[in-house]
Amino acid sequence: MINLSAVIDPGCRALFFYGGIVGLLLFLILFPLLAALVLLFANDRLRNIMVKAATVIIPVYSLGLVFTHFNLPVFHFALQIELMNRIMLALEILLGMYIFWVGLKYRKYWISILIFIQVVLMTGFELSNGHNLVIEHNLFVDKFSIIMALIIGIIGSLIGLYALGYMKDFHAHYQEPSKDNRKFFFFIIYVFLSAMFGIVFSNNLLWLYFFWEITTLCSFLLIRYKQTEEAVNNASRALLYNLLGGVAFVIAIIYLYVTKGVVELDKMIALGKAGALVPAVLLSFAGMTKAAQLPFSSWLLGAMVAPSPVSALLHSSTMVKAGVYLIIRLAPILQGSLAGLLIALVGGVTFLLGSFIAVSQSNAKRVLAYSTIANLGLIVMCGGIGTYEAVWAGIMLIIFHAIAKCLLFLNVGVIEHRIHSRDIEDMSGLIISMPRISIMMQIGIAGMFLAPFGMLISKWAVLKALVDYNPLLAVFVVFGSAATLFFWVKWMGKLLEVVKPLQDREKGISGTEMLPLYILASLTVGVCAFYPAISSRLIEPYVIDLYGRTTTMAQGNIVIMSFMMGLIALFPLSFINYGKRVKVNDSYLSGDNADSSIKFYGAAGSIKDVQIKNYYLENYFGEAKLTENGIVLCSIFLVVMFGVAFL
Amino acid sequence: MLDLPGGHVRGGFLMKTILIIMVYLIFAPLLGGLLAGIDRWISARMQARFGPPIWQPFYDVLKLRQKENIVVRRSQNFYIFFFLLFIIFTGGLFFAGYDLLLVIFALTLAGIFFVLGAYKASSPYSFLGAERELLQMMAYEPMVILVAIGMYMVTGSFYIADINSFPHPLLRYLPGLFLGFVFILVIKFRKSPFDLSMSHHAHQELVRGIITEFSGKTLAWIEIAHWYENVFLLGIVYLFCASQPLAGCLLALAVYFMVILVDNVFARLKWQTMLESSWAAAAVLGLGNIIVLHFLR
Repeated sequence: MINLSAVIDPGCRALFFYGGIVGLLLFLILFPLLAALVLLFANDRLRNIMVKAATVIIPVYSLGLVFTHFNLPVFHFALQIELMNRIMLALEILLGMYIFWVGLKYRKYWISILIFIQVVLMTGFELSNGHNLVIEHNLFVDKFSIIMALIIGIIGSLIGLYALGYMKDFHAHYQEPSKDNRKFFFFIIYVFLSAMFGIVFSNNLLWLYFFWEITTLCSFLLIRYKQTEEAVNNASRALLYNLLGGVAFVIAIIYLYVTKGVVELDKMIALGKAGALVPAVLLSFAGMTKAAQLPFSSWLLGAMVAPSPVSALLHSSTMVKAGVYLIIRLAPILQGSLAGLLIALVGGVTFLLGSFIAVSQSNAKRVLAYSTIANLGLIVMCGGIGTYEAVWAGIMLIIFHAIAKCLLFLNVGVIEHRIHSRDIEDMSGLIISMPRISIMMQIGIAGMFLAPFGMLISKWAVLKALVDYNPLLAVFVVFGSAATLFFWVKWMGKLLEVVKPLQDREKGISGTEMLPLYILASLTVGVCAFYPAISSRLIEPYVIDLYGRTTTMAQGNIVIMSFMMGLIALFPLSFINYGKRVKVNDSYLSGDNADSSIKFYGAAGSIKDVQIKNYYLENYFGEAKLTENGIVLCSIFLVVMFGVAFL
Repeated sequence: MLDLPGGHVRGGFLMKTILIIMVYLIFAPLLGGLLAGIDRWISARMQARFGPPIWQPFYDVLKLRQKENIVVRRSQNFYIFFFLLFIIFTGGLFFAGYDLLLVIFALTLAGIFFVLGAYKASSPYSFLGAERELLQMMAYEPMVILVAIGMYMVTGSFYIADINSFPHPLLRYLPGLFLGFVFILVIKFRKSPFDLSMSHHAHQELVRGIITEFSGKTLAWIEIAHWYENVFLLGIVYLFCASQPLAGCLLALAVYFMVILVDNVFARLKWQTMLESSWAAAAVLGLGNIIVLHFLR
């Protein structure tokens, strides 16, 4: 029986309207699933058609949410379907059995143990309390869900489109041991998107948990895609850490139900700090495992073995964003609590050390991964302190980071296929050999740290929120940002600097790869123009609804930032003067140039190549040492966090 | 349009802002060039030399404009033009009284154009200079932001207009931050012991570092950008004592003299020492000051 009883805020009761929105939500969850099923059996031609269709349909429907939702703060949906709960429970058990078997197969027994605990607790809970559970609303949608849906819908679909060309290339040119299993690959990608929509629309925590577990499994399957030993090991590690979070999730649900008789997100948040701190801390723990915070960050680095679209997906629109979504959701509960402060400290240390370690990395994907880990730390920090300013900043970070990071990953994927390396040192002269890709790369990098682009705006807001909450916490941002600047600019420099003549390598990149790049590059810039609207229409109403007050960027500052953007936009115009009124000469090699600027005379008349390499400052920012310290420090914070929450 | 505490934008206020910016655009380079001349004169005296006339920096710049513009890469000068543009922009924001954090971000943007220009030039020396310039930026950035935070904690506003009109000298509340800021000013003024990214004499290990491959008019732009930048940096020093304008100006001049003295006393140190000592200064002097403020509040 489908019971569509509308229990919505006053102001709109038109049933067709309500039906329209619930239809949209279900469509967004079910359509990717349908697409996934088609893709599981589709041949190459049908796959092309299906993915392209999905790339149009999913973003359009996500945008539809913005326009049908009008000015209402929040919609809740009863949507009582007894069958649905049964199906979910059955799927959960199946999923659990599969993971249990995976643990045994790869001899990772902790995986089996954790999933066993999880499934036993969950089925025990559902079977013993299933009939007593009163769920008023299973689904909901508010402004924050809409923002997340836009990110998942638009960016996720673009990654799907990109994967079409990329995966073809991947199997055509690479002598990987993996067999061409693209049907399965695309199936998982779209199941993942479906689960992500499920996460952001679920009000019933049991549903949320169900979708949460699906993303865990999907990420495992995607990371394992190459089936090499490394891939299997890294995928298992990702699974193990996320299952730790899963166990915390189950305990949170049971604890919440036993103490308060509640299993719904909105009711939990309404309970506030006094009533729901312990489950909120447990859920935040689950969020931190998913968002790859220290001490769990290594799973996200290991995920680099997967093809680039997977990295882009995990880092930008799905997976890690589910983790921070949950923590930002719970921010009103965490606000002002000691446990919340400890969560903020974990985020702060993760930001600081993640940014530091990125300085020492020359592998492009690892730099991006550490930057993701660091920025997620910043968002976790916002959730942990939980003030209205922090929540505003945190949501801004989620938006801007998703776009710019996705652009960077997809770019690196293309570059890697062309130059057969993901080392930043090998990207020297990319501005000549791959001009369009290189320019988009630079837009992405600028988007990550430079004024007046998005991430800088958000970091600024974070800084302000921290100073207003407790200025001492700002120390993480102050020092971390300095390192951020260093590693991004030296990468930009590497792309610009040209030592020797290079050939054009940009030809032959498929349109399905280029189009998402163009769109994302435009979005990286464009969202800076639209963010005042995004803020006033979506973020501020959400924050006001929770806190009764909000913050925003001062009008004057927005004007100046726009002006700066305008100035930067003039930069390409300088190329009108390219080569005019200048005399071109060889670079200065102490007067011993042997072959223009490429070679020079060394000792005893030998001729040597000019080599230019970046600093990596390993003595200061070495990965091993910092990671070790970070793991110890954050583990202590987590133990204390549980201590203060439970006692 | 500046958001004053009242939130009103008044025509008269806008006029005043435009006037200040005009004055800044014209007089900042004159003052900056003059300070550079005085710097060379004092330095010469400290080294028991006679030194050039005070107006020498202006003669240099005028002469550079007539020189041939030699480049390694055809687009390298574009970055330097935008460096100049954004430095002027940064100073304009500062003297018009805008948000101090925004001013710092604009300064960073300007600095990055400079660095990218040197990267683009693609010579080993300019590359080395660019990397070292980045190290310098990484070294001083925390301290600069901590200064902004400290000023905000005392005055309750990030707006320079509000900080400027705070009735008491900030130096009284922010002595640690002041000392720390003077410390990193040595880096910002490109003075020894922290003149790592470029040197005044081309016969050293890094030749002229970041500016090795720039010549003629472009080199003149870099010089003018430094004049604008130095005036703006001394403006921040002035803020520490803005409640007594005369004392504020004297403070800025004293700091300038101090930096020249340091320049002549110390030899260049390694970048490791620079990074360690400036972060230590930020952590001890800067953060220490903020901790004290936080607990006294």
